[in-house]
This record gives sequence, structure tokens and C-alpha cells, in this order.
Amino acid sequence: MAGMGKTKHSRIHIVKREALPWYYRVGVRALAIVAALIVTAVVIMLLTHKNPIQVYISMLKGAFGTELRIWSLLQNIAILLCISLAVTPAFKMRFWNCGAEGQVLVGCLATTAVMMFLGDSLPLPLLWTVMLIAAVGAGIVWALLPAVTKSLWNTNETLFTLMMNYVATQLVAFFLKTFVKNGSGVLPPMPEYGLPRLLNKDYLLNIVIVVVLTVLVYIYLKYTKQGYEIAVVGESENTARYIGINVRKVVIRTLVVSGALCGVAGLLLVGGTNHTISTTTVDGRGFTAIMVSWLAKFDPLYMVLTTFLIVFLDRGTQQVATDFRMPNALSDIVTGIILLFIIGCEFFLQYKIVSAKAGKENA
Amino acid sequence: MVAFIVSAIRLGMTFLFGSTGETITEKSGHLNLGIPGVMCVGASCGCFAEYLYLTAAKRSVEPILAVLIPILATLLGGALMGLIYSFLTVTLRCNQNVTGLTLTTFGVGVSDFMIAKTGAIYSKGSKYFTAALPFADDLGWFGKIFFSHGILIYLAIAIALISSFVLSKTRIGLNLRSVGENPATADAAGINVARYRYMATCIGCAIAGLGGLSFVMDYLHGNWEYCIDAIGWLAIALVIFTVWKPNLGIIGSIVFGALYIASSYITGVSFASKELFKMLPYIVTIVVLIFTSIRDKKENQPPQSLGLPYFREER
Amino acid sequence: MDKTAAIELKNITKTFGSVVANKQVSLSVNRGEILSILGENGSGKTTLMNMISGIYFPDEGEIFINGEEAVIASPKDAFQYKIGMIHQHFKLVDVFSATENIVLGLEEKGRYNLKEAEQKVHAICEQYGFELDPHKKIYTMSVSEKQTVEIVKVLYRGADILILDEPTAVLTPIEIRKLFSVLRKMREDGKAIIIITHKLNEVMEISDRVSVLRKGEYIGTVNTAETDEAELTEMMVGKKISLNIHRSEPKNPTPRLEVHHINCSNREGVKMLDDVSFTAQAGEILGIAGIAGSGQRELLEAIAGLQKLDSGAVLYNNPQTGKMDNLCSKTPLQIRELGVRLSFVPEDRLGMGLVGNMDIVDNMMLRSYSKGKSMFLERKAPRDLAEHIIDELEVVTPNANTPVRRLSGGNVQKVLVGREIAAAPTVLMAAYPVRGLDINSSYTIYNLLNEQKENGVAVIFVGEDLDVLLELCDRILVIGSGHVTGVVDARTATKEEIGLLMTKTTVAEKGERS
Repeated sequence: MAGMGKTKHSRIHIVKREALPWYYRVGVRALAIVAALIVTAVVIMLLTHKNPIQVYISMLKGAFGTELRIWSLLQNIAILLCISLAVTPAFKMRFWNCGAEGQVLVGCLATTAVMMFLGDSLPLPLLWTVMLIAAVGAGIVWALLPAVTKSLWNTNETLFTLMMNYVATQLVAFFLKTFVKNGSGVLPPMPEYGLPRLLNKDYLLNIVIVVVLTVLVYIYLKYTKQGYEIAVVGESENTARYIGINVRKVVIRTLVVSGALCGVAGLLLVGGTNHTISTTTVDGRGFTAIMVSWLAKFDPLYMVLTTFLIVFLDRGTQQVATDFRMPNALSDIVTGIILLFIIGCEFFLQYKIVSAKAGKENA
Repeated sequence: MVAFIVSAIRLGMTFLFGSTGETITEKSGHLNLGIPGVMCVGASCGCFAEYLYLTAAKRSVEPILAVLIPILATLLGGALMGLIYSFLTVTLRCNQNVTGLTLTTFGVGVSDFMIAKTGAIYSKGSKYFTAALPFADDLGWFGKIFFSHGILIYLAIAIALISSFVLSKTRIGLNLRSVGENPATADAAGINVARYRYMATCIGCAIAGLGGLSFVMDYLHGNWEYCIDAIGWLAIALVIFTVWKPNLGIIGSIVFGALYIASSYITGVSFASKELFKMLPYIVTIVVLIFTSIRDKKENQPPQSLGLPYFREER
Repeated sequence: MDKTAAIELKNITKTFGSVVANKQVSLSVNRGEILSILGENGSGKTTLMNMISGIYFPDEGEIFINGEEAVIASPKDAFQYKIGMIHQHFKLVDVFSATENIVLGLEEKGRYNLKEAEQKVHAICEQYGFELDPHKKIYTMSVSEKQTVEIVKVLYRGADILILDEPTAVLTPIEIRKLFSVLRKMREDGKAIIIITHKLNEVMEISDRVSVLRKGEYIGTVNTAETDEAELTEMMVGKKISLNIHRSEPKNPTPRLEVHHINCSNREGVKMLDDVSFTAQAGEILGIAGIAGSGQRELLEAIAGLQKLDSGAVLYNNPQTGKMDNLCSKTPLQIRELGVRLSFVPEDRLGMGLVGNMDIVDNMMLRSYSKGKSMFLERKAPRDLAEHIIDELEVVTPNANTPVRRLSGGNVQKVLVGREIAAAPTVLMAAYPVRGLDINSSYTIYNLLNEQKENGVAVIFVGEDLDVLLELCDRILVIGSGHVTGVVDARTATKEEIGLLMTKTTVAEKGERS
């Protein structure tokens, strides 16, 4: 019997890494993206039998090919970034808000409703203000419910926020069927009530607003007392208690911020982009934003990069799909694959594998 | 009325696959938000296999094979998704929520791709799945409600009952539940936490995949025209609604199915209000979620370490 | 009787890095015998037991089971040698029933049958006189019931060598009596039992022999019948060692903090503080001595406003207003708003006192960030403070922007203590401030505490090393199981005196409560 147990000890052993130099961190991530791009090319090649170089060229063309495409790229980045900014304060507090999809959608709905019903009766600047208030208010309500139940009864916020997404979707479906007179369920755009166009460019206002929001959220998280409290609560509730932070208050306040930003994203989507609404207006970006925020380690400035990466992939592969007569869904597949690689590579940044030597005390 | 119940059962059973699969997964402590993606991939694999088989077999189609081959392909596809999820969350220690959502993006992409490429061509295969038991018609409404369904419906109930039995009455179930409740304790008791999490997730995903297949082949009669990720989220809702018990899931899923289609069968409901009815399953789930958290009865809570990673303490 | 020992350890040595946890320890237990292992905190008792139960592997030495050499490399191996350990922290699944927990992880042959298992559990309970409902869910159980489950669990697995790690720490006197009667029955049944404890009266009551460890070293084994509490205390605490810690005479000490009859219970409803009263004086270091878990943490947290009290009062003699403020049932924030400058160095440095992932500058702000009306953080002062502390206390760090998690234990503590002192407190509480620190860092901390005392601060120092307590403090409050068992003058008291007070569980019979 003696010695039997020894073999049961695993030889491989995972330990947390010390801080890595920046070039190493960038390097590993770049490597993951390259690996993912290769896998993607292989997948596309298998499906299309086309030369991978052509595929990459097509991707670049799709993202940057024309001025319109660049504007469209920037516009998509702006919206996704805005939603990512919205979920970040909650995530930093370890509140798993998976309900951005719904929070943005009700923001969209509120904006649309204001445009439809008050569009004729209010002067434009006032209309815009009401749109903003309505959108922000709707977003806050949607985010506040899970926050309140979480802080009162510790209700699981991941599950609650997920469910709220579909309540929002059905609400929009109900709205469309009730108020679209012709019964088609498709609401014609109302550009006449849309947000103003800066320099006569369609999306410039959106982009400017999101740039400002990015800076504001960055400052909020890093340089304000509230941001500091969020970080403390997220890191350790025990410490928060020790220094006398009211955790419930912080949770609720942060979700108000989160919901408000989602509402703004809804405003920009409807008021500044589509001028109409459908159940798929948000198009999964509420979920993508979670990944954007997580991949950027909840840092708004890095989020610009991760958003760019995801939107670039999305636009690029859509072009590939068009060029090679493939379904648009190709872009989701590719984005999925690449994200899986990037998520996986985080492991190698945080841990290292060492083989257990004689030192048994490590076991 | 009979038609309503029959429909509710048929829709409910597709949810049941998903919720049984997700319950098994969650019992191991994995909150797999990739279930919608898993169901999409499951459906895609099954449909594609059916397409290949029917093409290959031409006129000499064996009904048994026409059902069995897609089911196997679906199980395989689902399990593969589970494997990716487990590899990322257990071996590479990634965040469960992020991994799950990415899998959903991926899975939805795959199924949309399938819909666009092959479209609604599965009605031919669908008839093998919806074939009723021969004596169903002879038994009137009773036969309609209990015997008129396709094979997948009965499979869903069987799997739910077996899962429920395994979870509550066997050693494997006991060990699995301990992994989801308190992995450190399970580890100390000599249970291989990683292996249980891998196994539960792969099996759970395989079962959930069948839900996708059932929805396309049975409920939609093969007319696959839109993405089916919504049923995945309903399945997750159902897990909460049935407080993590697969046997309750049988009734719960029929209730969900009924709520989902009720609007079409109640006279006097406006076209628009139907959408509000579809909201009901989610609202009911939220109420259940809040209610259980207020009552704080331990047995009805999510597994204690749901969504949390487990690594043996690093010294 | 069979003369081979059930388990025998020979010259066991175990080191963690440079720390020697066990040095050349030898001991043995026979069947039908209860051996107590006695030692202060940090004397290496638990490490030693962990080697028997397969959690650690000894660096040197041999273990013999029934006279044969054994290799115990994992808990599974230990189980195969029929060794069962009952840990201090129970490993149970809350929503499972007692029986389900007992059979968890077992790889028995045959069908899984909970009914049969229940009968077996029932039989074990009958045999040894346990009171246990096999259906009862863990989360509805009291601590003592949970402990019963743990003991039945190892018996169910057929253990005949049982190790209990401080089993009485969490029990009431009645429960302890029950436990002891069960242990005696197991002894009669021929089991070999090792019980780790600090409490001398229990040692005298239950064990046949006592082995004493001190600072990782094996001191000796005596037969219980041939010894007394005084001899055991001496073996346990050893001769006084001079540390040459500077100590000044207190300058006109005035009462600063008065604690009156406070009571509190933990989440399980176990009483953690029982009618505790004392006074801390400005310009004095009040030491608190006691076995770990006797209520020290609860006491400090109660004063800091982190612990809900069942009854009692904490009065603060405000030197600015001359009034008495009651701190009881106030939050830390409210206490600060009263103008009470209370600093607290908690035991859990990175989990409570500091945020591991934040840098030194941001950790400096933890206490002070909310000052002022501005909604923005003011980082200039914290940065200066961080630089100052790094310079003054010689904190080894690349710079002030390094996350504190990356610092070594001593440096973490310097950062924490430095911050708490910088708040210019009138009361400074420090829980185990030198635990895990090297000699030099320890002396830095002692000097800081002394400086504060000389500045007229009321310092409360919770310590575990009696030598340090005796040389650093002016008075020492000894607590045992949530009671105050005595207050001694640190200049005249002896280690034995304190050791005896620490290991006493009740005070009533000696009339020291007046």
C-alpha cells in the first residue's frame, strides 16, 4: 500500500503569475487574435474554398472600404461602446448585470414613444430633452428593479436581469402591434424628430456624445468618490463594511448610473440612428457589451480598443459574407470563435503552469 | 381545448429539454448562459445530419434511422459545446458569464447560417419526428393529449424523470449536487470536482441540444425560418421557475408552453395583447425568483456556488 | 493488552519556506487511549495533525500505523489507514441531510441506499450515545450537531484513529460534557483518540496522556494522572524570554474607552462575548491575551461599530468635549462623525483592512476618502502619506502605485498600521499586528505602538505571544471563551499566571468577576 498515494498527486501545478510587463500582455493577446484569425480563415476557406488572403482583404474593405463604411464602423463602435460603458460600473462592483439588452431596449422604446406621440406638439429642442429624460428614466427603472431586490433579499441579479430582457422585448412587440396602424408591425422611420446632425454628418453627434461619455465614465470610475466606493465594494464587501460604506446604497446608486447610460444608448440608437424601433434594434449588443467590458478589464479607455476589435470583425466578416455569397450569420460565428480565443488566452496572462518538483508543500 | 393542450405540451417539451440540461449543468455550479447557443447548435447539427441522411438515402429512408441519426448528431453537437464551455471555465478558469454569452453568440451564428443556407427544407424529415403512436386516434381526446406526440416529446419526459431520479436518488447525483453546493467540501470528500463539472456540463448541453432539434423538427414541423435562441432563455427561466427540480420541470414546461401560446387560443385577445401574453413566462419567473429569495428557503435556492469558479486553494 | 501503538510518529519535521512548523516531533497513541496535544497558538499542533491526515507531507521522519511504516500522501491514504480527522471548520454541505453528508464521496459497493445508510448511522449513534437526527438538514443544525455529523462521518467510514482539532472551542459546557462522554465510549471501544486543545481543565478531565508542543518543538509527554495544571502550563509556555522591547511608564493615564457589560453572539447564535467589561486608558497599552477565537475579534469589531451587540455599552470619553459618547449600535461612519478618532488594524489585513488589488495610494484613502464636499477624490494627500509611510517605515515596494497584494506580509502590515496611525487616533486597536512578520518588522510595529502610547493614545493590542504581551503592554486583559478571566499588571505578572487565566473556561467559581 505504501507509495500508492504518491501517483495521485498531479504533476502539473497552476500558480498565479506576478505582474507581467506590458509588452508580454499585449503580445499574448495579439497572438490569440492572430491564432483566432487563422482559425477563422480556415473556417471560411472550408465554407467558400477561397484564398484566405482574399478573405482578409475583403474584411478590411468591409470595415474601411468607403467613407460610408468608415462612418458606419464608427457609429457601430459608438453604440457598442456606449452600452459597454453602461455595464461597466455594475461589473466593477461584481454586480452581474446581464440585462443591458433590455435596459437599452426600453430606452429605445421610451424614445420612440416620445417621438411618436409628442413629436408634433413639441418644439424640437424640447422634444429632444423629453426624449432624453424618457430614455434615461426607462433605463433606470429596468436596472433598478434587480438592484433593489438584490440589496433587499439578495435575489440573483444575473437571472433577474436576463429575464428583464425578454420582458422588454415583448413590451416592444406589444407596442409595435398596438400603435403601428397598418398592422405590419414595422414602424416607419421618423427622421424628422431625430437628434440634430452635426456638420451635416449622420452619426457625428452619436460619436461625439460617446467620446464624451467615455471620458466621463473613465473619470467617474477613477477620480470620484463614488467610483472609488464602487471599486471597494467590488473588491471586498468586508473592507467596505470596515470603512463604513453603505453597500446597499452603493449598489442601488451604481445601477441607477448603469441604467441611465443604457437609456442614453437607447436614445442614440433610436434618436440618432434608426429613428424607429423593432424588437431586434439592440441586436445582442447588450450581451456583446459584457464581453467588451470584461475583456478590457473594466477600463473605459481599453474598451475603445476591444469595441473596435469586435465591431471591425463584425463589419469585416459581413463584407466577406456578401463578397462570397455567404449568409450574414458568418460574422457571428467568426466573432464567437475569436472571442473564445481571447477569453482563453487570459488564462496564460494570469497563471503559469509549473511541474510540481520534489517540493511537496506546494501541493 | 384539446388542441391547445396538445400544443402546449409540444412546445413545453422543447423547453423541458433545455431546462433539464441546464438544471444538470447548474447543479454542478456552472451557470451556463450559452444554453441558447447550445440549443441552436444542437438543432443545426441534427438538421444537417437529417439533411445528409435523407439526401443519401434517397427513397429508401428507414424511419428509425431518420430519427436516430439526427438525435445522435444533436447530442454530439451539444456535448461539444459543453466541452468548449468546460474547457474554458474549468481548465482555463475563465469567467462563466462571459464564456456562456460568447457561446450563445457563436451558436446563434451557426444556426442563422444554417437557416440562410438550407432554410425551411426540413419538413420532409419532420414527419418522422411527429409520427404519433398508432392507437392515438382511437382514444379520442385522451389519446390526443397523451399519445399523439412524436418520439422527442416522450424522450423529454423520460430524460427529465431519469435526471430527477439520478439527481436525488443516486450516489452520482449526491456527489454532483455537492459539487455545485460546496466544491471545497466535495473535494475534501474525495470527489473530483473538475471531472464532475465537465461531465455534467457536457451531458447537460447534449440534452439541451435536443430541445433545439425538437423545436425545429416537432414544433415547427421543419419550417425553420427564424432563430430559436428565445427558447434557450425560456429554458433558463424554467430552471428558476421549477426551483432546480427536473421532475417539476415536466409540469412547469407545460405551464410555460401554455402561457406562451395561450393568447392564440383565447378568443377576444387582440393581436397586440398576444405579445403581452408571451411576456408572462418571464414575469412569472421573476416573481418566483424574488419570492424564493425572500422566503430564503434553502432547498429552493440556486446551488450555493452557482457561477463561482473552484480552484483548490493556492498556497 | 496489545503493546504496539495505533499510531506512532518518529522525528517528524516540517518546514514552510524558512519557518519551521514542526521540529523532530515524536509521539504515540495506543488503542483505547485519549491523548491530548497541548500547545499555544502557532505551536504546530494543527500542522502535525494535518500530516497524519494526509493534507501535508512531512519533510523528515516516519509515521507508523499498528507498528508498520505508513506513507500518507493524501486524505484518501489516511482514510485507508482508518484515520479520521474532525477539522475545526466543518466541511459539510448545508442543504444536505446528515446522512447525505455522511455518505458523500464514499465509493461503496452495491446500490446507493440512503435508508440502509440511515440505519447504519443510527446504529453508530446508539453505540456511542450520539444524539443525531439522520434526516435533519445541516443548515438547521446547531454547531454541536454539525460536529456530531463530522464525528459520525469518520466513524461511518470505519476510522479507528480519530483526531479532533479543538473540538470544544465552539461548544457550550453542556455540549462539551456530552462530547466527552461520547469520547469515553469510543475509548472503551478501543479507538485511539487524539484531541487538540488549549484548555487545561479539559485536558485534565478527558485525556490519559498529554503531549506538549511549544513553537514547533516537542516538549514532552506526561501521564495526566501524574501531573497538574501548573506543570502543564509551564511546559506549554516555557521560560520567559527577554525581548528587550522598550516600554515607558504611562504618563497620567486617564480612562478613554469604557466597555460595560457587552454581550454578543455570532451568526450561529453562539455567545462570543459574555458580559465583558473593561477600561482602556489614554497613554497606556492594554494587551488582550487569550486563546484564538475567544472573542477577541468580536470585541474589537464591537468597539469599531462592526458588530451588533445584544446588550451593553461602549462609552468613549471625548477629550475635546469632555463628554461621554456611547458608541454602541453606531456604524463606523456615525462614530467618525461624533469626532471619535478610532483606528483599527484588523486581523484580516488584505480582506478587511486593505484592498489587495488597489495600490498603496488608493489604500491610504480608504479611511479618509469621503472627507470634504467635493465629489472628486483628492489623491495628493494620500500620495504624500504613502510616500511618507514608505520612507518612514522602510516599506519595500517598487513605488507607491504598486498593488498592496504584491507586497510581503511585513510590508503590508506597515502600510496598514502606518495608515491607521496617520489618522492621529485617540484610540488605536491592533489585532495580531505582528503575526507572520519577521523580527525587524515586528520591532518597527512595537515602536510605532509605543510612540502612540507616549502621545497619549489609548492603545489596545491583541496578541498571541505572551512574551511580547508581557514586555510591551502596561496591563493585560485576559479573556477565555468570551469572558474576562482576569486583568493583570504586565510588569509583575508571569507567563504561567496568564496561561492559567487563558485556559480557564469559566470565572464564576473563582469569584474574579467582582
